[in-house]
Amino acid sequence: MRYSQSVGSHSYTFDGLRELMAKASPARSGDYLAGVAAGDDEERVAAQMALADVPLKTFLEDHVVPYESDEVTRLIVDEHDARAFQPVAHLTVGAFRDWLLSDAANEKSLAALAPGLTPEMAAAVSKISRIQDLILIAQKCRVVTKFRNTIGLKGRLSTRLQPNHPTDDPTGIAASIVDGLMYGNGDAVIGINPATDSIAAVTTLIEMLNEVIQRYNIPTQSCVLTHVTTSIEAINRRAPIDLVFQSIAGTEAANNSFGVNLSVLKEGFEAAQSLQRGTVGNNAMYFETGQGSALSANAHHAVDQQTLEARAYAVARKYKPLLVNTVVGFIGPEYLYDGRQIIRAGLEDHFCGKLLGVPMGCDICYTNHAEADQNDMDALLTMLAVAGITFIMGIPGSDDIMLNYQTTSFHDALYARKALGLKPSPEFEDWLLSVGIFEKGDALKLADTLPTSFQRALAHLH
Amino acid sequence: MSEDSKPIVVPNPWDKLRRYTPARIALGRAGTSLPTKAHLEFQLAHARARNAVHHELDVSALETSLKARGLAPLVLHSAATNRPMYLQRPDKGRRLDEPSRQGLVKMAHGEGGYDVVFVIGDGLSSFAIEENAAPFLDAILPSLADQKWRLAPLVIVREARVAVGDEVGELLGASMVVVLIGERPGLSSPDSMGIYMTLEPRVGLTDEARNCISNVRREGLRYDLAAHKLLYLMTEARKRGHSGVHLKDEAETPSSALPTGHKSFLIESS
Repeated sequence: MRYSQSVGSHSYTFDGLRELMAKASPARSGDYLAGVAAGDDEERVAAQMALADVPLKTFLEDHVVPYESDEVTRLIVDEHDARAFQPVAHLTVGAFRDWLLSDAANEKSLAALAPGLTPEMAAAVSKISRIQDLILIAQKCRVVTKFRNTIGLKGRLSTRLQPNHPTDDPTGIAASIVDGLMYGNGDAVIGINPATDSIAAVTTLIEMLNEVIQRYNIPTQSCVLTHVTTSIEAINRRAPIDLVFQSIAGTEAANNSFGVNLSVLKEGFEAAQSLQRGTVGNNAMYFETGQGSALSANAHHAVDQQTLEARAYAVARKYKPLLVNTVVGFIGPEYLYDGRQIIRAGLEDHFCGKLLGVPMGCDICYTNHAEADQNDMDALLTMLAVAGITFIMGIPGSDDIMLNYQTTSFHDALYARKALGLKPSPEFEDWLLSVGIFEKGDALKLADTLPTSFQRALAHLH
Repeated sequence: MSEDSKPIVVPNPWDKLRRYTPARIALGRAGTSLPTKAHLEFQLAHARARNAVHHELDVSALETSLKARGLAPLVLHSAATNRPMYLQRPDKGRRLDEPSRQGLVKMAHGEGGYDVVFVIGDGLSSFAIEENAAPFLDAILPSLADQKWRLAPLVIVREARVAVGDEVGELLGASMVVVLIGERPGLSSPDSMGIYMTLEPRVGLTDEARNCISNVRREGLRYDLAAHKLLYLMTEARKRGHSGVHLKDEAETPSSALPTGHKSFLIESS
């Protein structure tokens, strides 16, 4: 199907939804690299105008990646809930944006709608939305998940404590864990990116995190971010795994480049479920995504990177994850060039994830070869916190000494909580108060002294 | 701040943990925010890492230092004409520009070719190359001479990605390429050099055809250890007829060095 749009004396045509979506996408370096971006700003707005007129129903027939050759498309189409879709089935993309901004869209109606939306519908409406729309609409969505605590409640902001170390040294990792816990971080997960991916090294870390959580009775969960097949193997060897991790993307070919497909993910999901280690719930998967990953695997099918990113959330939601994290600025400037592009992408990802019913967090981050700095991260953090982001990263002093990039610090999380009156997850908040990390009576005031149990641990060191 | 009043910057009573990790822990807090000192130290580290990315490789200084070692490098340029293009178009940084290509064709060795060509690329950190390339060559070249490796002329490529070495190797008719390149600078390591070895280099190869040695710098992997690893990889690749993921780096850390059974202070029995 061809789409056309007249602007003044000029008429633009777009060959199919794939091209229309790509050209309607706000400018970013990855789409230029792929050769799919609009030629100029006028063509981009013409594409956005044409896209606004496309009925949402069209997305159920005109697939940006062919049904026959891609299992992610088949997942999206085969599991589409036509009944849930009904309230917006008569709308165009443009009218859908208006509906989302209206009072008809609220926490309840949006939760009911989520299974009726495809990632492409969410991506399309994001492309014709401004930043304030992405924030206001996402803020209405509520996605609550549970394992040893409750994540995603209104007025809460959780953090992944990320105690990475370049050689996986247990003492070095423990030092960063103490730092994070004492700053009230770690309720989403204590999650390590291991430097060594072997099953022995991974199991050592899993056991250590398990012991720390048990010893100090911390209502949180652990994760070692290794390949899903390594986690399955570790589970077979009875390692005490809480969350099973995997990086995922929006096409079958991109997932293959990560060494996974839907059946491997299902295997990981079932292995994680079987352990029943959660206390208040059993959402046991942790996924990471990021715009540009399909293109970098040369698996993008000439689709723009933001649409493909939204498709990754359809993969994620199939396995009822506790957490999904868009690692927005990690991939580098050839995909998101500067702070402006990273900020927009982070808000789009959060918006699309929440519309689709995914517990969306964001690794608000940048590399040193991107045109971005701490001010850009502060802007994105503030906007995402207003939008109701489920969780962010927490790392000592913003500096990941293992992965060589900058993400939000323990202090940054406290800034967002303080500025907006947000709290950690309720079970974790109770723990922080009961051990004396937070002062009684004020959930945001840090105590000046170390809790006794941690004083005792530090006494082992000389 | 007077000694007897409560300090405005609250120190963290776990600062003795700092010696166990290079992570930025126990920074203290002003309210709950980063104190001025820690904030500005971060800004300085970021400025240095940014400089490493944007600093232009001092080619003449590098040439001088290489010539002093009896090496006469060829200086080439990738198809990325400047840094902004280099950063946004990795495909351009993986290919040579036309004059460089023509220059190399003339250098191709007619009879028997070369066993290996060393390519020095600025990559994402010129500092890494300026600091580490020459001393690393000092550590590896004597062993290669002992073992009678036939070396092609040394090549320097500006605005280079790792894969540009494939084209250099192919045009020169070299059986192997070793690329020394500036790695993506970290906040605490702006001068880290990477080494990539590829057997039978040709345009179009991907990362799975290469073996990588990372974090070569004064505070990271020592030159002699990196040279030892590279020599092992080069020798094994030549013997087995392939490089990349199927060539396991058995010169790597022995498994006994893994932290198995090593517990942290948090879970030692009290």
